[in-house]
Amino acid sequence: MAKSNKPLLWLPFASGGLVAAFILPVLILITGLLVPLGVVHLPYERMFAFAHNPLGKLVLFGVVALPAWHAAHRLRMTAHDLGLGGGLAVRLICYGAAWLMIAISAAALLVI
Amino acid sequence: MNETIALEVLRYNPDTDREPHFQRYAVPYRDEWVVLDALTHIKDQLDATLCFRWSCHMAVCGSCGVMINGEPKLGCHAFLRDYRNGVVRVEPLDHFPIERDLVIVMDDFMAKLSSVEPYLLVDAAKPLGEGEHLQTPAELNLFKQYAQCINCLLCYAACPQYGLNEGFVGPAALALAHRYNLDSRDTGKDRRAEVVASNEGVWECSFVGACSAVCPKGVDPAAAIQQTKVSASLDWFKAFLLPGGRK
Amino acid sequence: MSRRPYLRKIERHWWLRHRRYVVYMVRELTSLFVALYCALLVDGLVRLAQGQAAWEGFVAAISSPLGVLFQLLCLVFATFHSITWFAVTPKAMPVMVKGEAVPPWTIVTAHYAVWAALSLLVLVAAGV
Repeated sequence: MAKSNKPLLWLPFASGGLVAAFILPVLILITGLLVPLGVVHLPYERMFAFAHNPLGKLVLFGVVALPAWHAAHRLRMTAHDLGLGGGLAVRLICYGAAWLMIAISAAALLVI
Repeated sequence: MNETIALEVLRYNPDTDREPHFQRYAVPYRDEWVVLDALTHIKDQLDATLCFRWSCHMAVCGSCGVMINGEPKLGCHAFLRDYRNGVVRVEPLDHFPIERDLVIVMDDFMAKLSSVEPYLLVDAAKPLGEGEHLQTPAELNLFKQYAQCINCLLCYAACPQYGLNEGFVGPAALALAHRYNLDSRDTGKDRRAEVVASNEGVWECSFVGACSAVCPKGVDPAAAIQQTKVSASLDWFKAFLLPGGRK
Repeated sequence: MSRRPYLRKIERHWWLRHRRYVVYMVRELTSLFVALYCALLVDGLVRLAQGQAAWEGFVAAISSPLGVLFQLLCLVFATFHSITWFAVTPKAMPVMVKGEAVPPWTIVTAHYAVWAALSLLVLVAAGV
């Protein structure tokens, strides 16, 4: 047996889980409840300015990329738990979706 | 006191049975009896062919682990009074091949246990003249709970990942590896990592936590495994970043 | 006497056998909603990059009844993820102070405090 390269998958999974646990509920509260109720407004200029700022870019990227990876890794494990196997197809779908989200969000942030 | 309680015991005789089947016994009910007492009563009074392992009757030897109503338990640690209003279903531990009746084949676990070298590994033995290997209470506290493991295999029976992938090193062996890795006298962490941090090691664990929930000795294998994931990850990145670190 | 060990394979629906496995499976499935909400955030970033009209379309979409319903569902699962994640942190990251383990509930409580502070910070930044 040899040491595994799984840390490469696991460390971002664990970090993503932590970021998701701390940040996602309040974000969903804002976008899913406070904005529709009109309590919070997300004007274009302010959002653009935040996403334009290098620090803002980094925060937004972290908030999207890490939880996306966390979810992909966990879904792969769950597919295995449900008896769907851990084959190439499952890996491609889970990690592929995460990479897609990471790439698109990076591209969008670079354009802004 | 003529009250009885029904026990349904999974029977399997490799010589005559194609597959296991349940057999029902009526056993005298006693407030102070545990399931192991009921099994002993069956063997002594009702059916001498029933096979099961036991030794100490006091949750120390770890031989009488069985599934009781679907939950892995020590037969000596489960009172009949907690099952009084129903049938007690006794089966061999999940995820292990059945040798006969309640006796399981544990070769797989024994191989895995020895693969993690669960004993003190030292680079260079200290000459006797230099005195004893001192350890402070604080250093002992780091690993003391993991040292309580009695290898009863309840955690393996509770672990779905072991059931799904028999290659998984599993909770008790990984907890014991962690116990020695945390020991201030031990220097074998890197050697154990070849097994512990391999694909079949801690990475197969999805942190269900059932191993810790069923442990009769208060050992927390789930914690040991998560801590090993963290330290193995840091070691991996250290080896990756430092020149010449990769072996 | 011959050896013929009989292996009972784990059932496909093993996780329905005990409450703790059901809770585990719900915990694992929170990741589906984390992924879906991440997709919503990615969409938001794309719309933001496309300009004001696109962004306002995004805000209208997340404010629609269907958008709210979807996000409320995400909120339930995301909160369950937070609770279950914080609950196990003392196991993964035990803290030793002067040779004594810090009580698990102290570590969990600290996580809740950080969670509350960060949530408040985000709310204030959003202009509540």
